[in-house]
Parts: sequence; structure tokens; C-alpha cells
Amino acid sequence: MRLPPQPDERIDRTQEVVFTFRGKPVRAFRGDTFGSALFADGQRVFSRSFKYHRPRGLLCCSGSCPNCMMTVDGTPNVRVCAEPVREGADLTPQNVLGSLEHDLLAVTDKIGGPFTPVGFYYRTMIRPRRAWPLYEKFLRNAAGLGRIDPHAERSDRYDTEHRHAEVLVVGGGTAGREAAGRYAADGKHVVLVEENPYLEIDEGDFEVLRGRALGIWEGGLVPVDAGNVLYRYRTEQIVVATGAIEQPLVFPGNDLVGVMLPEAVRRLVDDWAIRPGERAVVVTVDENGREAAARLKGIGVEIGGVYDLRRERIREIVARGRKGVLRSVELDGRRIDCDLLVMSGGRQPAYSLLAQAGARVEYVPESGAFLPTEIPEGIEAVGSVAGEGLSAAIPAATYNGASGKGKCFVCVCEDVTDKDLKRAIAEGFDSLELAKRYTTVTMGPCQGRLCHVPSIRVYARENESDPGTIGTTTARPPWGPVTLGVLAGRPHEPAQRSSIHHRHKELGGRMMWTGTWRRPHSYGDVEAEVQAVHGAVGLIDVSTLGKLLVVGPEAADFLERLYPNRFGDMKAGRIRYAVLNTDAGRIMDDGTIARLSDDAYYVTTTSTGAGAVVEWFEWWNAVWGLDVQIADITGALAAVNVAGPRARELMTRLTDLDVSNEAISYLDARQGKIAGVPSLVLRIGFVGELGYELHFPSPYGEFVWDTILERGEDLGIRPFGLEPQRILRLEKMHILVGQDTDSESNLIEANMPWIVKFDKDDFVGKWALEHVRARGPREQLVGFEMEDGRVPPEGGQVVIKERRPVGRITSARWSPELRKVIGMAWVPTELARDGAEFFVTIDGGFDKAHVRLTPFFDPEGERLRS
Amino acid sequence: MSFLLPCPNCGPRDVNEFSYAGEVTKRPKQSPTLRELTSYVYFRENVAGIQREWWYHRLGCEVWFQAERDTRTNEVIRVEIPSASPREGIAAHGVTETPDMPAV
Repeated sequence: MRLPPQPDERIDRTQEVVFTFRGKPVRAFRGDTFGSALFADGQRVFSRSFKYHRPRGLLCCSGSCPNCMMTVDGTPNVRVCAEPVREGADLTPQNVLGSLEHDLLAVTDKIGGPFTPVGFYYRTMIRPRRAWPLYEKFLRNAAGLGRIDPHAERSDRYDTEHRHAEVLVVGGGTAGREAAGRYAADGKHVVLVEENPYLEIDEGDFEVLRGRALGIWEGGLVPVDAGNVLYRYRTEQIVVATGAIEQPLVFPGNDLVGVMLPEAVRRLVDDWAIRPGERAVVVTVDENGREAAARLKGIGVEIGGVYDLRRERIREIVARGRKGVLRSVELDGRRIDCDLLVMSGGRQPAYSLLAQAGARVEYVPESGAFLPTEIPEGIEAVGSVAGEGLSAAIPAATYNGASGKGKCFVCVCEDVTDKDLKRAIAEGFDSLELAKRYTTVTMGPCQGRLCHVPSIRVYARENESDPGTIGTTTARPPWGPVTLGVLAGRPHEPAQRSSIHHRHKELGGRMMWTGTWRRPHSYGDVEAEVQAVHGAVGLIDVSTLGKLLVVGPEAADFLERLYPNRFGDMKAGRIRYAVLNTDAGRIMDDGTIARLSDDAYYVTTTSTGAGAVVEWFEWWNAVWGLDVQIADITGALAAVNVAGPRARELMTRLTDLDVSNEAISYLDARQGKIAGVPSLVLRIGFVGELGYELHFPSPYGEFVWDTILERGEDLGIRPFGLEPQRILRLEKMHILVGQDTDSESNLIEANMPWIVKFDKDDFVGKWALEHVRARGPREQLVGFEMEDGRVPPEGGQVVIKERRPVGRITSARWSPELRKVIGMAWVPTELARDGAEFFVTIDGGFDKAHVRLTPFFDPEGERLRS
Repeated sequence: MSFLLPCPNCGPRDVNEFSYAGEVTKRPKQSPTLRELTSYVYFRENVAGIQREWWYHRLGCEVWFQAERDTRTNEVIRVEIPSASPREGIAAHGVTETPDMPAV
């Protein structure tokens, strides 16, 4: 039922919108919120309260209180009073067992006794201890708000956007609009943020963003929640015009359905042309209540009385109802029948954002409110939030609820009554910060909007002091509830793809993540790919390797300082394995270093380590200042590895270079053309067979790849993926940094002491490694093979006879070539001898393994050097 | 953390553009005792106040610089690109401020 058209109504009566509530259709107009449409449809009970399951109806009608929260299209805790109607939306009540009108859990409101007082669960449910899970289950079911459907699919996409504004105005009321206009007139780029989707704002010279400013962070950062997008605004000047929030009065029955704040009356009547009730009583401490009375009178609502607490003293107010719905109010024993009770406890500036930004909050007795002062530089407060237009002193706004007249709510979100606060005080929680933690007052969905001031007033009354001495609790972001989706945003994980990526997909490669890179796990047949490398020739894309050029007169000196081995004595055209260490002596990354000329080195890193290695190089040289240039050319070059006994034969078909073992022997580097493309040829053998690593400009990736496969077809060439590569390298006991090593591993214990040249003056990590050498290794990285065929889990435990865990498995694979399970493990030094026995836990059982100190395959490296 | 850090090259930028490498520490002299080494590698002053620290403009000019920052307020008092002393060998770094370990 609607009133006749109102002068400023927001609804468009020609445009109907239909949504469903509890499965039944509800008709609304464009311009309605779900809440206004339901109220117009006759719905009065909107929710059941958090703890007592008391019926609750529209209280603030401004999106502050929790009373109208429902689940809308699967999203829980939507304040329907402020949510614009959408065609076809589906609304369901929450925290109800049964229906809104008959909630079986409402029994918690009646039981009383041990169930109701604050903190009861700390005291009454501690014995017997084993029963706690039962209690907990009951409590979790009985208390709470909406539920998240754990099986729901993603319904929305969320994003984060970074924006900049010279001036950001929070709040689109009169003062905010005026400030925005003023700065815009000065030629500033101004953005005004407003929560209310219906508030009409003449855009003029500034931008208007509909959303909620969640807080003010350092550096002028203001995140704005705009539904599916979180805007992170960097600002130079912030104007806070968040206004003031009407405060409820505290008296028995102040939560009954039908008790409203003046703004609710204003919105229902003016915005949506709805009659809020038939017979109204108004109790107020300021002009807002009187205005509401006039407004109600104007639409023909019978006024049972207007009580201005500034003029008359009322000792007792008790609202009475039936089934939670207001029926009458008693004022000092005088009973007046009514179905609408408008209460106004004065307005409190919404200073939260300012306090977060560092402003102090001070009680001003003259207006009975807390006002922000000492506002930090770059921030400005205008309008009601700065104290403009607040009423004069607030007379007593809280009434005692202890006379058996019913519950007297201080906080409707968490169902905290004045009795709970008194009990907290009696138990010694005499500061409000402590009471907040104990009673959870101000910690509910309204975040103190409607309960912070009332709780201070009750505390002041009980302590016979004034609100100024009670003080406020700390304001923290976010200013209002945020969905998890908005906070998470869309994950922007960069995916790196090599220039040969599409070929892998065409060849049936199963792609996997390695760091940020996408790489082929295999092309469908791991064993066949391993066998191709051992028996013929294989081709793998290794473009993901980090590739750095280190060039300059002092390049050799630079690398010698960073790495434990020598590079100055290397001839141009030679390659060395290189392991980077920290000053703690830990292994950081590994790769190869090829000397291209006197003053140029080509450094490769692990696939995931490139970025960190570049930073590391630059960092040390920020201090050393050596004459050397470091260029990360990872993306500029593609790389493939051609490996297998027939690799040389294939190479002769690809290049004019002399690829004989004499011309390019193991660990040689040459520059030449491969399939006509200028390339760097590195003879390296990570996979243990004769192999050539070819580095060439990325744009030729697919061309070189295709040419190699084509020319190797009759040789039995096969592309191989990462998984076959891992088996092949394990057969050679070549370590994977980060897989076989962790943040505690050092070169000596990782069985590579030969790399460390202790006779060098200094290098990063030298001293730590000296100390490790002096104390002797405590554990050792060794190979092992299993007696049986089961593959132990990586990260599994190494145990000895007494079932004592002494080490850990880092890698393990079935080797099709060796026909057994092999792996690597960290074991105590006494186990680090060939043939030593240990056990591995697999599925709770113990499988026997034997230590191997030399590579499983081609231990002398003959194939590698062939 | 959301403060703006003034890069000596690029000016004030969101702190998320930078890598942080902690306090500027002193690398001890040649062959330190285990105690000296451990305190260099693992111990930090962790002051509540102004601290000199390393930053790298990872998503910008890719330059390492040092900042003096108040750890209580995130106010950055000064930034500078450290002047290097190339002729001094690595061994001489007992007297020069040298890097900590990076956050890898």
C-alpha cells in the first residue's frame, strides 16, 4: 500500500520490478529498495536477532543496523533496506529455524538463566570438558547471521582498480557536495564518494562514485567498495563529510518491531511513499523527532504523543509488544497504544574515518557528542561530522532495564543489553575497551554506528561520571562490512609462456605451473620420452631458464666475489657450473656461467630464480660499484636442449659449426647459426646424455623447434617434458635447487665441496662455509635406491631401525631405464656411505632403501663427454 | 603498509612497487668469529624510530637505494643511492655499509 504521490518520492510508479521473498513474488517499483518494497507489501518482521532470536524490523532504514539483513541471491547479510531492487532476485530470511514469525530458536529469549548473560559460554559450558563439542555445535547453530553456501559456484567477478584523485570527498550530503564544488571550481580533479545509490547528486564539475569508503590509510590511500570493484584511491586531499548518525534511546523493549529512528520515517514517507504506521508516539531529545512527528501528521498518521525529553522529564519508558511487535508504550506508567514508536537519541558525528587517519576524538558536553579534533594534515572535516548543526546538550537518553520490564538493548547487532554491561562492570571490566572485548558490544555488523554512544552513556551512568571520562574505543577499518570477494579481488597471477608455448599444446603437452611459468609436464608418455633421450635424441624447451649478461672490465672480479668458484681463469668459450650462496652459506640458486669473451659472461639461473638473482647481483654491486653491466635477457632469448646419443648427428644437419667432440667438447660454448638463426651453443648435460643447449632470439622459437623436430624425425626424435627431465636428472644425481635443497642447505653438506674455493680472498658465503667446514658436516645429501618398487613420497621420512626419524626424502622417481625406484635424501653423515641401509615410510609401512653416493646412470660421465 | 616511498629516480610511488631488504648492516671484517658472523647474518637492531634500510624499485627503475624511515610512522626522511667504493676489495667492507640478505 502506497501513499498518494509524494513531492520528492524516488519511486517510478510506471516501472514495476518483481522479485521473490520466501518463494512468493513481491511487486516493487523502480527506485525501491528490497526493504521498502517488503515493508510496502506488509512485511514487518525482517530478521531474527543474533542471540535471542527476537523478531526485528526496520530500525534505521539507512543501511546501518543489522535488522534487515537477508540472503539475496545466495549472498548472506545483505541489508535489504539499502539494496536497490533487482528483477527476479530471490530473498530468504536468515538465522531462523522455522519462519520469521515463528522461529523455534526464539526459546533462547525465554529460557533466561544460564543461557542469556554475557560470556555465559565461558562459564557454564566448561564442564564436562568432553561435552564442549556438543555445546559448541549447538551454539554455532543457534547464534549467528547468514550462512555461506560452501558448494556455491562463483557468482560474481571482483576486481581491484588503482585510481588517483587530487581531492576525494567522502559523503554526498550538503556539506560534501559544497566542498566538492568548491575544489572543482579551483580546477582540482575531484571525486565524491556516496554510499546511498539513490541520493541525487548534480555531478557538475566533479566525478561521483557510488560506493563506501572503507578507511583512510597512510599515503592518502582510500579504498572504496563499489560492489564488485574495489577502487584504491590515492589522494592528495581528503574531505570527510560523513555526516552524523542518529542514536537510539536505551529503554526496555527498544528493539521491538515498530520502534524506529526518525530517518527511517523520513525515507519511508518521502522517498518511497509508505505509511510507517497507524498510530505513532515520538520520544526525542532533538529536533529530528519533532520533524518526524510533523511528517507523520502530514500523511494522516494519528499521533499518540510527542515527548521532548529536553522539556519534560520522563523517569521510565517501557515499550510493550506481542510476539515482538510493538503494541503500546508506557511513559512513567501512562500507557499509550501505538504501532510506531519514533525514538531519537541525538546525532553522533560519524568520525570513524577521521579517527583512523589519526584525529583525536573529544567529548563536547554542550552537544552531548564526540567530535573529532586535531585532524591530520591533508584531511578536512566538513558538515555534521565536524559538529555543524548538532543539537544542544542531550538529556538522559538511557533508561534502566532492570525492573523486570523486558530487555533493554544497547547493541542490537550482538544482543547486548544494559544488564550485560552492568554485569561486565561488576566483574571488573571497568574500561570500555575491555567491556567491548568481553561483551562484544560495538563489534557486530553496525560496527558501533548505533551502539557505541549508547554503551558510553550506560557506562557513564553506571560509573556516575560523564561520557568524556569514559572515552571512546579505537576506530579501525573497514568502515562497514566488506564481502570477501571485494577484498580478494581477481587474482592477477602473471603467467609466463615461452615463445614455443603453442607448439607444446599442439603436440598434446600437459601444461603445468612452475613458478609463474607454464611448462609441459610431458607429451603424454613419460617413459617413452625418457627412452628417446637415452636411446635416440630428445628435445626440450628450456626457454624458462633465467639468462643474464654480465659485461664489463670488472665482470670477472664481480662473479668471483659473488660465487664460490673461479671465473677469472676460465678461457673464453668455456662453461662452469655455478652455485650462488648467501652470506649465511645457504644455497640460493644454481646455473651455468659461460665466458663469451674477456669481459662478457653469460649466466643462466633456475627458471624461477631469474628475478631474485638479478636483484641480488644489482644489490651487491650497489655497494661494490664495479664496472659491470647486468642485463636480464630472459625474455629476449628462447632456449632448447637437444640431448641423446644421436644429438651430434642431428646437430650436423642444423649447423655449419664443427660439432665434433674435439671442436665442441663437454662444457664448451660456441656462437654460430642453428637453422640459420644466430645462436649460442652450450654443451651441457643436465639430463646425462650428450647434449647441446641452444640459445637464440625468442621470435625464432617455433621456427627452430619445428626445424629440429623435422630434421630429427628419422633419428627417432621426441619432444620431452619436465617430468621426463626430472627422472633423467635424478639418474645423474643432479640437484634441483629448492627441491633437493632448502633454506638451510649448504654446498658442503649438499655434497659439492669441490665448487668452493676456500683459497679465494673472499666471496659471499665464504665465512659461513668455513665454519661449516670446521665443524664438519652434520648431514649429507645422498642418492638412494629402493629394494622394492614403491615410490616414497617427496618430503617423506628417512627412518632407521628403531623407527627413529633421521632424515627426509627430497626426490624420488621410478626410473624406466634402471628399472628401479631412485631418489635423493638428506641423511645423517654416518649414513652417508655407499650401501648404507635405511627405511622410508610409505603409507604407514617401512620400505628398505640403500644409499648410493655416485650417479645411478653413467657414473663416470662417459656418455656426457662422448 | 600503504605509504608512498620516494624513489630517488622516480619520485613518490606506492610501496608495493618496491622490494624491501631490511636494515643496512655492516659486513664484518675478514674471517669473523662465529659470534660476529651470526650477529651479522641473523641479528637486527629492529629500532622503533629512524632506521636506514635498503629498497629496490622492482617495478620501476630497478635501482637499489637506501632510505631513512621512521618505523613508527612510516615517514621517509631521506633517500639516496649509496655511493660505492669500487677500488676497495670485498675484504674492505668491514668499514663500508654492505647489504643484508635479500628477501628471496
